[in-house]
Amino acid sequence: MMTLIGIVTILLVLLVAWQLIRIAELSAEIKKENLTGLPNVKENDVQGKLLFGFLIFLMAGFLYTVVAWGPKVLPTPASVHGEKTEFLFYLSLGIITAAFLITQPILFYFSYKYRGIKGRKASYMEHNNKLELIWTLVPGAVLVLLISYGLATWVRIMNPKFDEDPIVIELYAKQFGWTARIAGEDNKLGYANARYIEDVNILGIDKNDPNGLDDIVVQNLIKIPVNKPIKLKMRSQDVIHSAYLPHFRLQMNCVPGAITEFSFIPNKTTAEMRNDPMVVRQVSEINNIRTAKGEDPYEFNYILLCNKICGSAHYNMQMVFEVVSEEEYKDWLKEQKTFAQSI
Amino acid sequence: MANDVLTPEVAHHTEHHHHKETFWTKYVFSMDHKMIARQFLITGIVMGTIGMLMSILFRLQLAWPEQPFPILKFFLGKWASEGVMDPSMYLALVTIHGTIMVFFVLTAGLSGTFSNLLIPLQIGARDMASGFLNMLSYWFFFASSLVMVISLFVPDGPAAAGWTVYPPLSALPQAMPGSGTGMTLWLVSMTLFIVSSLLGGINYIVTVLNMRTKGMSMTRLPLTIWAFFVTAILGVLSFPVLLSAALLLLFDRSLGTSFYLSDIMIQGEVLSNTGGSPILYEHLFWFLGHPEVYIILLPALGITSEVISTMSRKPIFGYRAMVGSILAIAFLSFIVWGHHMFVTGMNPFLGSVFTFTTLLIAIPSAVKAFNYLTTLWKGNLQFSPAMLFSIGLVSTFITGGLTGIILGNSALDINVHDTYFVVAHFHIVMGLSAIFGMFAGIYHWFPKLFTRMMNRKLGYWHFWLTFISAYGVFFPMHFLGMSGLPRRYYTNTAFPMFDNLADINVVISVFAIAGGIAQLIFFYNFIYSAFRGPKAPQNPWKSNTLEWTTPVEHIHGNWPGEIPTVHRWAYDYSKPGAPEDFVPQTVPLSDEEKNTFHN
Ligand code: HEM
Ligand SMILES: [Cu+2]
Ligand SMILES: [Cu+2]
Repeated sequence: MMTLIGIVTILLVLLVAWQLIRIAELSAEIKKENLTGLPNVKENDVQGKLLFGFLIFLMAGFLYTVVAWGPKVLPTPASVHGEKTEFLFYLSLGIITAAFLITQPILFYFSYKYRGIKGRKASYMEHNNKLELIWTLVPGAVLVLLISYGLATWVRIMNPKFDEDPIVIELYAKQFGWTARIAGEDNKLGYANARYIEDVNILGIDKNDPNGLDDIVVQNLIKIPVNKPIKLKMRSQDVIHSAYLPHFRLQMNCVPGAITEFSFIPNKTTAEMRNDPMVVRQVSEINNIRTAKGEDPYEFNYILLCNKICGSAHYNMQMVFEVVSEEEYKDWLKEQKTFAQSI
Repeated sequence: MANDVLTPEVAHHTEHHHHKETFWTKYVFSMDHKMIARQFLITGIVMGTIGMLMSILFRLQLAWPEQPFPILKFFLGKWASEGVMDPSMYLALVTIHGTIMVFFVLTAGLSGTFSNLLIPLQIGARDMASGFLNMLSYWFFFASSLVMVISLFVPDGPAAAGWTVYPPLSALPQAMPGSGTGMTLWLVSMTLFIVSSLLGGINYIVTVLNMRTKGMSMTRLPLTIWAFFVTAILGVLSFPVLLSAALLLLFDRSLGTSFYLSDIMIQGEVLSNTGGSPILYEHLFWFLGHPEVYIILLPALGITSEVISTMSRKPIFGYRAMVGSILAIAFLSFIVWGHHMFVTGMNPFLGSVFTFTTLLIAIPSAVKAFNYLTTLWKGNLQFSPAMLFSIGLVSTFITGGLTGIILGNSALDINVHDTYFVVAHFHIVMGLSAIFGMFAGIYHWFPKLFTRMMNRKLGYWHFWLTFISAYGVFFPMHFLGMSGLPRRYYTNTAFPMFDNLADINVVISVFAIAGGIAQLIFFYNFIYSAFRGPKAPQNPWKSNTLEWTTPVEHIHGNWPGEIPTVHRWAYDYSKPGAPEDFVPQTVPLSDEEKNTFHN
């Protein structure tokens, strides 16, 4: 049905376009109008007004999308560094929105105001050093602010200083899925390489490295404690993937042949996040859509996605991160098998 | 103006003194820059149509996943046997769409057309420095396009690792179907493309430096020429690096080297490669890749400068600042490539440096935007279709440029990198702006390309439908990105958290289809006008530049007599005291004028 509607619409639009062309040609022929070259005064008037009309469309569209779709964007960040970047993000967004809301009206208003109607003569003005200096310095000053704030934030994220040693967790990507490895009691990951992969040893952990024996390998779901620093170390088995945890505002590529890392402190448990007003609203919107389609209801979870093109199922690599209290984390950890136990 | 007496008859007459031409030397293996410009343009438009059609196919999939469409089956055959696109085919379409748009349409199609057409005509030269190299440049481009199109038909499908073709995905045939023969052809095609682009670029540089007519000092060059000149320099300095990246990739694929490969197990097989790094490839790729976006953008900005000034009947505001900002942008574009790699695990200090240089580019860009706005101020605006597209360019250049301030800031890029926020950003600032610049150029210089005029009314329809759809397609993508939606996803249905974005995707696809259909108006106008449009007058836009002093009919050598001498800059519009609102560059300076700032 949809297809049929689609095809009919396309055909109709084609027909309309073709008819419009014919009409334009015929009417011009009748009126002996010149349809090429410089526009006449009337056309300048019309186009100038249309440009002003476009400004209204643009501003209305902007407002509509912000109101209708703004509530769909990512909810409050769930990590300590995420809160810092969120502020910078909305500060930058505010500044560029202001610039957008100033420059676009100027552009279309000038286009309208100085449309080439009868008797208009352009002024001869080739430069003005003072003006040009102003619009070099003002953006310059704003940028100095954004750059220094940005770099200060970046440096703190990339070289974090924590009060306690972070829990080391490996994220391992392959076509097409995630595996995580918690460093275990000693908080040290055993050496691993694709060459050692066999049977249950899906991460290729070196059996002769004592550091690896207490490592804990999990798939599909990992629990992490709230308010504890965590150091993620990424590896890949085959092609480049990217570990993307949007709710923590965290992303790092997984590069075959290298180990990359990203440290963070999750500061809201999954349960807390499920009660966040913005999350509640989004989840209920999603569930309205899902029930209408007869699908299972959705419950909020922190999700790990792949965000670097990696092959045909790139669109479906997921793992749940559950942020829990420290006790729950410890209990959960006890239930898991260590590497030594599993081989 | 002495040249005005040159009627087409006289021009035609002079042409007969030249050696006789056959169909082959005139239309196919031509060495005349005007014919080569047409060849680039038409090939670019054909490739653009393919690229656009692909985008509509994958937009169908994104808006209505799981919904069968006969049109998908028709175009994709076994890749959509039930009418639903196969995931690898989705990636292939996105990859080839990106490759075609970036390289074939907006590099060769744009620069190739307008540098070829305008450099000799606007600087007052009889042709390019080397007509032969110029011809070769086109034929390499043609061969490259052909190979790319052929790659669409290989059994495993074309390259599908994204237009950036990062290894190991692109290096290992086991990694995805497109990384077999399709990828080999992609590399062959791009190698031919790079050769074409180098031959063209060297020619443009030499011609601008050595073949300007008497009086055409560098500071009197129209901004179009400045833009083409700097673009050519960017290309000559950066394309060889892409070539080396492609060659090393070819070695890794066929000779068993390990430049980009290390410790890999794929499809259950452990590869023997060690010691390589795909990050090396990323550095090499983006060393070209970032200048490439300016290779795309600068010519469009040059065209816009020319059109806005002419059609505002006003000098371009701040000529020297415009040239300065072109140079500043070009210089900076070589030291910002790392902003594509903030989350690759690159040394954070390096990331800081790239953030700094990247955000600096905003300053010359802002200067350009403000100078356009000021050129419109107190003008006498003539809304030809070219002018409308130029105004559209200024709008998209600002909108898209602004989001770059977020992406360039490494701390913020962590979260929006590789999401639809990026797709929105680069389409608006580079895709739309450059396409608009290209349309502006076609409408404006159609008389010089095809000796006839395009229909203005159809141009208006084309502009408005295109402009509205363009914003309709790409503005909503910002919200997808801010919701954390990754790009290059075949479908978003695997994650329930994205279910509430489905309506946005439908809006985008509807606008994309509308925008695609709007291009039919352009095709009609283009083809009809090229054959049947009214003959162009000598100087239809009352413009100052030299190309409008050549006879309307194309002749070898461009000017039948001597090449005119240039006496002033290109922007004396509405000069006080002048009898008309334009003063061509060939009019000698009066005594008072000799002491003014611009002459
Ligand atoms: C006809 C209008 C167009 C539409 C509807 C469109 C739409 C899209 C979409 C939806 C994607 C896929 C995003 C993803 O999954 O990552 C994409 C990718 C891309 N497009 Fe377009 N696009 C259009 C025109 C253009 C133009 C004019 C350019 C020129 C710069 C362009 C360059 C690209 C590039 C470079 C990519 C990235 C390909 C990749 O991910 O490897 N597109 N386009
Ligand atoms: Cu992946
Ligand atoms: Cu870049």
